[in-house]
Amino acid sequence: MTTATEPRGNARTADPHLAGRAGPLRRATRWWPAALLAVLLVAPYSALPLPGLLDGPIGSPGNLQLLALCLVFGALATGYDLLLGRTGLLSFGHALYFAAGTYVTNTVMLEAGLPFAASAVLGLLAGVALAALLGAVSLRVSGIGFSMVTLAFAQAGSILVQRDPGGVTGGEEGRAAPADRLPASLVGIDHTANLYWIALAYLVLVLAVVHWAVRSPTGRVWEGIKENERRVEMLGLRPYGFKLIAFVLAGTLAALGGIVYLLLTGGATPQTTTSDFTLSLLVMVVLGGSGTRWGPMLGGVLYTWADHRLGDLAGSGAVAGLPAVLRVPLSQPLFLLGALFVAVIYLLPGGVVRLPRRLRAARTPRATPDREEAPAP
Amino acid sequence: MSTVVLLVLTGLGLGALYFLVASGLSLIFGLMDVLNFAHGALMSIGAYGTWWAASGRLPGAGPGGLGFVLAVAFGTAVGTAAAVVLELAVIRPLYTRPREQILATVGVGLAVPALLSAIWGADARPFPAPDALSGTFGLLGAQVPLNRLVLIAAAVIVLIALKVFLGRTRHGLVVRAGVEDRAMVTALGTDVRKAFTLVFAIGGAAAALGGAIGGLYFGSVDPEQGTSLLIFAFVVVVMGGMGSLTGAALASVGVGLVQQFANYYTTDGLGDLAVVVLLAALLLVRPRGLTGRLA
Amino acid sequence: MNANANANANINANAKATAAPPLLTVRGLKVVVGGRHILHGVDLDVAALGTTALLGRNGAGKTTTVRGILGLVPRTGSVRLDGEETVHLATHALVRRGVGYAPEDRGVFAALSVAENLRLAERPGAGEPAYGLVYELFPELRTRARQAAGTLSGGQQQMVAIARTLLNGNRLIIADEPTKGLAPKVVAEVARVLERAAETVPVLLVEQNLAVVRRLARYCAVIADGRTAHRGPAAGLLDDPDAARRLLGVGHAHPHTQPHARPPAHPGTVQDQEAEA
Repeated sequence: MTTATEPRGNARTADPHLAGRAGPLRRATRWWPAALLAVLLVAPYSALPLPGLLDGPIGSPGNLQLLALCLVFGALATGYDLLLGRTGLLSFGHALYFAAGTYVTNTVMLEAGLPFAASAVLGLLAGVALAALLGAVSLRVSGIGFSMVTLAFAQAGSILVQRDPGGVTGGEEGRAAPADRLPASLVGIDHTANLYWIALAYLVLVLAVVHWAVRSPTGRVWEGIKENERRVEMLGLRPYGFKLIAFVLAGTLAALGGIVYLLLTGGATPQTTTSDFTLSLLVMVVLGGSGTRWGPMLGGVLYTWADHRLGDLAGSGAVAGLPAVLRVPLSQPLFLLGALFVAVIYLLPGGVVRLPRRLRAARTPRATPDREEAPAP
Repeated sequence: MSTVVLLVLTGLGLGALYFLVASGLSLIFGLMDVLNFAHGALMSIGAYGTWWAASGRLPGAGPGGLGFVLAVAFGTAVGTAAAVVLELAVIRPLYTRPREQILATVGVGLAVPALLSAIWGADARPFPAPDALSGTFGLLGAQVPLNRLVLIAAAVIVLIALKVFLGRTRHGLVVRAGVEDRAMVTALGTDVRKAFTLVFAIGGAAAALGGAIGGLYFGSVDPEQGTSLLIFAFVVVVMGGMGSLTGAALASVGVGLVQQFANYYTTDGLGDLAVVVLLAALLLVRPRGLTGRLA
Repeated sequence: MNANANANANINANAKATAAPPLLTVRGLKVVVGGRHILHGVDLDVAALGTTALLGRNGAGKTTTVRGILGLVPRTGSVRLDGEETVHLATHALVRRGVGYAPEDRGVFAALSVAENLRLAERPGAGEPAYGLVYELFPELRTRARQAAGTLSGGQQQMVAIARTLLNGNRLIIADEPTKGLAPKVVAEVARVLERAAETVPVLLVEQNLAVVRRLARYCAVIADGRTAHRGPAAGLLDDPDAARRLLGVGHAHPHTQPHARPPAHPGTVQDQEAEA
């Protein structure tokens, strides 16, 4: 954890004076990811209720399902940030690689009758191949052109899926996964905990891969590309290859996420192919904090939770009593998330993950100002 | 023959709708380098504003005759106001952060349809059509719905009005110059930010008008209507060249016709697919057309 | 040390020579673009009369200085126009106080006609635009009024750029390398026009062509590595071969052979950064 590898946005780098003051505390807090992981691992055994946050005990199948979704999207956002926050690539087509994992795996199981494991391998390979192929093409243009090309490819994929060629994709309805091809331990409401653990494993894997990749020599080039692509060229490196690595790696992680999502939701739905799906990933990343280690995950979890729970909350007594001016917008999670997103762009550049640090900086005015936070005039 | 005539006019009608959305999108991107992902939302606001007024909630407005004209004017005005608010409140504070500007429009583009469905429900609402515009007319053996003509006429009027504005007025001159070189416009003593707001207002008005009349074409309004059209408007903008109105008009016609014919004569959906793939191909063939100043 | 003494002597001479206070006073102008310091503190006076030349080697920061004065790049320091602090003003607000600007790349709107290019420079409320003067100096612009400016030759485009600065009753004209890339005959014409303009309006001239500097400029300032390296009478610098070589990187004597085209910009030089900004 040297500043050379993660000079920006890591919540743990700066604040040396704070470290001096609260050394033991800092040492203790260093282990919070491990502690959190332990808590998450045993969560299915917990009957503890989290009033407001969840409906009923944590370990109930419904809540485990929601938590697993939160973890999957936390991981997806982390993978997407490999492009946005680490390499500076604004892709509007990430949904395509996610959907490739879901749809190819599901379709192979349904049409070719292969077992899940073999289908998943094919689904993953399809995602990798698609990302490599389309990434190689899309990256020939830069800036907003790249964003538009990725959007176009993803939209083409989305149209294809929704038109249901040959009845393979199921069109607007999507298709349920065939229960007889899946391992018995992954099917049914009694086995939600297994799915939850798979989602958790996926999240840990993505965090580890992204962490490792960003610290690798390639990761340093990515950072250079994000800062100033021309300077990287002047060093005699070709940004194209490095950007393609980031694109394929992010696409691979997304395809894997698509497979986990298939297990979790028991089917493939065309909503996951739309540009809105990619845009929601974008919102998660920016909401949490692009370019930071934990920010995208936090954003993904927050977004998914809010998307599923705010609607329920709006129907609850507390909100139902409010006047229509407040109640109506509150009943739409996407409205709240969109508004929150815009607010974060303005008020909290760097995302929610920066919040504690900002509060700390506000409390101790002598703290070294965060270089990155100084807004351009 | 009658099928071809019907397809041509339907394609032109669709193209007219694209043009109404894309003209503003193109001007905004050309002048400000902002890819406005909230532009579809502006269209939806126009559609809902018109629907709301035409459903008898606005005194004087209604589903027929002059009442409908008033409803369309109301919807367009609401969309224009929304566009101005968007520029002043969301885009303007982020002038020095171009990527955040795009992200902010993404946020607005998500929030507005959600708000619309919070207020009026996520389901499509039937759009009131005045009797005078809901019939068909015979042309070369084809029975063509009148609303296609309304759309085409609206697009032509908007095109001419924009041409006159850009070519004959000082504000138009500033916009055309700003598309080429914003900094030089300010260095000649003109506050180009006023042109930004103006362009947003114009783009919002055109898109809202598109939403209002698009309701006739689709027969209903739903919160996602504008957003789903946006991607095709992007295609038009890229094909026509950023900031070029004539280009946008030609591209609108091309995209609308290709889509209609391909969808009819091949598999349904292939036309949409063709257009989207065309976008990718175009960007790859001449990336400078789009990224010249942004890269 | 010698250089410092020399510079001080020159400044003193400068102070004696100009009775009127300078029109534009720049102090400690700093420009940071993309986290990189391009100007570290430029001091500059533009005399209330005649032409002041801004000199320096390629990439020294001359264009950035001009853009910094105008607020086209984010800057700090002090820029006083006729005593009024303008560093907090937006570009258009400063320009409306009476500044005409002909930028390095001429800044001509290629898709607009010549007449439209000129019309864009009109300032509502700044009096009647001086089309008489413009067409007297550049009769060609009248005959080509409807032609797209992008189809003009380089020299004609430069005329459009200069004409835009003459249209309004400006208090200051800033011309950034107006002779760059032009044929010798056109250079002479541009110099003639600037000479005539400078009779009534003070001019800040960025120029590589030392023959033009010698002909037009009474005073000069030299920028090196983002700082002011020298200020004083232009003739004094040009007649001092050592100083000219040291500050401008040119052998004395034959300014006419000074190539107009720049050598290719080196990676990481200021020119490069300016292009990015």
